[in-house]
Amino acid sequence: MATQDIKLKVDASGLSCPLPILKATQGIKTLQSGELMEVVATDPGSVKDFAAWASSTGNALVEQDSANGKFRFVVRRK
Amino acid sequence: MTAEAASKPKKICIIAYSGELEPTWASMIIASTAAAMDMEVSIFVTFWGFHALVKDRRRLPGQNWMQKMLSVMQRPGISHRKLSKMNFMGMGPWMMFQLAKKYNVSKPKDLLDMCQELGVKIYPCQMTMDLFGLKKEDLIDGLEDPVGAATMLQLATEADSTFFI
Repeated sequence: MATQDIKLKVDASGLSCPLPILKATQGIKTLQSGELMEVVATDPGSVKDFAAWASSTGNALVEQDSANGKFRFVVRRK
Repeated sequence: MTAEAASKPKKICIIAYSGELEPTWASMIIASTAAAMDMEVSIFVTFWGFHALVKDRRRLPGQNWMQKMLSVMQRPGISHRKLSKMNFMGMGPWMMFQLAKKYNVSKPKDLLDMCQELGVKIYPCQMTMDLFGLKKEDLIDGLEDPVGAATMLQLATEADSTFFI
């Protein structure tokens, strides 16, 4: 996926539960359907939390990876 | 996502009964996260839960000396909650907020603002308002009209999950 496809980047580094999810929610609401948002978090719980959030909201978790204690999620707005 | 999930959002109901810092915090985390997950959230606030609904700057609400005494013993407002254990004259909550700042945990007040932004419905209990002598103007803005136990039971039984906190 080309980086330029990402419409919005949300940095949730250092934030504890439930802030990464709340920031992601605030972010995704600013996008149109089909647009992409990238969230970077350092909270290890966010890996399962983002999967649960995506499944509950219907926004698609299209990419996910981790490196150096950072977790990156790419979400497509439903 | 399934068509069913799209057409019918999950509902949760929180009965916010306790007034101390930790249960208030837990209610706010659950409510804001559920709303972020596109669930319909109702909070029925009753008894000591009202301490979190009174405006932070409102001092001594109450219509008579007994109601005002309650406000003296427990200063209302979501930013003034005491710990249920190890309060140590306010030292406990102070340390808790220092830790929250250090670890980027959001405070109950910020989560309450987020709940309201995300459309969480907060129902004050009419009976408790009468008992504590609370008026609409003593409470934060954006609340639903006060209701009774029957409405709470309807919200609770229609919800997919109910929390008594």
